[in-house]
Amino acid sequence: MASVQFKNIVKKFKDNVVLNGVDVDIKDHEFVVIVGPSGCGKTTLLRMLAGLEEITDGEIFIDNLLVNELHPSKRQIAMVFQDYALYPHMTVEENMSFALRLRHTDKAEIDARVTEAANILQLGKFLARMPRQLSGGQRQRVAIGRAIVRKPKVFLFDEPLSNLDAKLREEMRVEIAKLYQRLNATIIYVTHDQVEAMTLAGRIVVMNKGIVQQVGSPIEVYRKPANLFVAGFIGSPTMNFMSGKLFLEGEALYFKNEEIKISIPPYLLSDSGKHDGREVVLGVRPDDVLVERDGEKCSDKVQGILEVCELLGHRENLYLKVGNMRVLATVEAFFNRSPGSGVTLCFNYKNMHVFDKATETRISE
Amino acid sequence: MKKKMSAHEKKRRVKYFFVHVGIIIFAGICVYPLLRIFSISLRPGDKLFSTDLSLIPAGASFTAYRSLLKDTMFLRWLWNSLVITLATSLIGVSLASTAAYAFSRFRFPGKKAGLILLLSSQMIPAGMLILPLFLMIMKLKLMNTYLGMIIAYSVSSLPFSIWILKGYYDTIPRSLEEAALVDGTSQVGAFWRIILPLSTPALSIAFLFNFTTAWNEYLVARVVLFSAKQYTWTLGLFELQGQYITQWGMFAAGSMLVTIPVLCVFLYSSKWLISGLTLGSVKG
Repeated sequence: MASVQFKNIVKKFKDNVVLNGVDVDIKDHEFVVIVGPSGCGKTTLLRMLAGLEEITDGEIFIDNLLVNELHPSKRQIAMVFQDYALYPHMTVEENMSFALRLRHTDKAEIDARVTEAANILQLGKFLARMPRQLSGGQRQRVAIGRAIVRKPKVFLFDEPLSNLDAKLREEMRVEIAKLYQRLNATIIYVTHDQVEAMTLAGRIVVMNKGIVQQVGSPIEVYRKPANLFVAGFIGSPTMNFMSGKLFLEGEALYFKNEEIKISIPPYLLSDSGKHDGREVVLGVRPDDVLVERDGEKCSDKVQGILEVCELLGHRENLYLKVGNMRVLATVEAFFNRSPGSGVTLCFNYKNMHVFDKATETRISE
Repeated sequence: MKKKMSAHEKKRRVKYFFVHVGIIIFAGICVYPLLRIFSISLRPGDKLFSTDLSLIPAGASFTAYRSLLKDTMFLRWLWNSLVITLATSLIGVSLASTAAYAFSRFRFPGKKAGLILLLSSQMIPAGMLILPLFLMIMKLKLMNTYLGMIIAYSVSSLPFSIWILKGYYDTIPRSLEEAALVDGTSQVGAFWRIILPLSTPALSIAFLFNFTTAWNEYLVARVVLFSAKQYTWTLGLFELQGQYITQWGMFAAGSMLVTIPVLCVFLYSSKWLISGLTLGSVKG
């Protein structure tokens, strides 16, 4: 296994800058998920690491070896493609052993490795089949098996589950998590699905518009998003954002806009005098919007109107309107109120996020 | 119990009946000349101009075949044709397959212009190319040689083969080659191990096109070859056409015999002409 370093990586397609100074350090045995919306450059970054895309500027190291000019075949990496990319004219066994046969590995060794991988991925009975005779999930497992048999330094996964249906995706997610525990390998996994990122990653790299927005553990990224983009991208349902101004009243700091006025506790923003008059965006996750009885103890209560209820099973999404502002709250099922009725709500101070409106960066603790 | 035929089923049967009648008429038009030639080739020498239409004529014999093989250089001509045609097809397909790969996968200056140029070269009538080909082969001192013929033939069918193959390569997902590169092949290795095996239908089409074009070609052969020993069968058969007398029996016998290699090649390559080779490789 090996470490991977991206140093100031730039990628341009003609005048279009796809990656702009990406710096990421990935340690040995680490499971890193690169997550971001479509077109943020995450797949390009992975393809550059694989050697399938030229590097405009910057350096990539695998195991402290500069690989910028190294042919993909020499990088000792294995890649699982989004569309499986199985060789259609070869059986499952031939697909999995292809790389080993290229290296003239001993036949007994090839058989042993293919059998081992097939056992891990429950592909034993499909070894003689052609890819076209397999289902989507089985094909994806073959693609993963093809990577495993090579025992590479780094595994690259390029949105491997995006072509599967929801149930299969869930199953494969668990499979991949188990596989990581078993192989204890360095894995770099690209996805646009934040659930995959949160559940699989040891560390998450959040990207947008070719720039790394935040690097951290899933819980760090969720609890302390570095900026508005990360706050909005990570977490489902999406965080509520409210624009307004901070102002001092005596010693206490308040957030105020046309609809609400709530106090900002000192543990959220210390040195309150410094923030007087600052334009900010307040972020509250739907779970932290306390409705009716849940918010009995709150001091800053707000009146809203229930617009729509969305029952999800054990939870329920409430779409509320506070003046002209829309607020989403997620509460325990069953809320049992009809749309149009008035609702009292407040925000859980402990988990509120304050972002500077101009720079969009986080200013709260 | 006999079921009553539904209106839909009736309509379908009527449609099929007319389609089949159409196909049978066209098949008859295609096969009739062949049958006539076969019939002529079996006629005894004194009945060549008979108006009898029976397939196996009265007094049928293989005399024409025997004298064609014994008294003329027909086997030699057939061999010449076979060598030139096979070499042309193999060289043509090899050149086209690699050129088409470059056109399909790489970005280089003049790519678009090159493709258009190839296409436009197909629009020039073959007859107009005779003189430049003649001059070129003469300057290369390859007149009356196999090599001269092979060069002339393989270059003339290149544009068509390149377009056919490029079109086919374009349908093969790039991720297959990328997977092969990551797995440890070179670019050439990926082409050889992944792209070529998946392109057999298109390669067969290109091979068949090269083969039939070269096999039946007359004009270029007439210009390049001048000794009877080097003749291809097309020139050879016309040798049998004399100023005062034409040996129609032998002519017909030769025409029948030359179809055999083409028939074999067609039958053999039909097993490669299958669709759906890339099924299951990527998410479709």
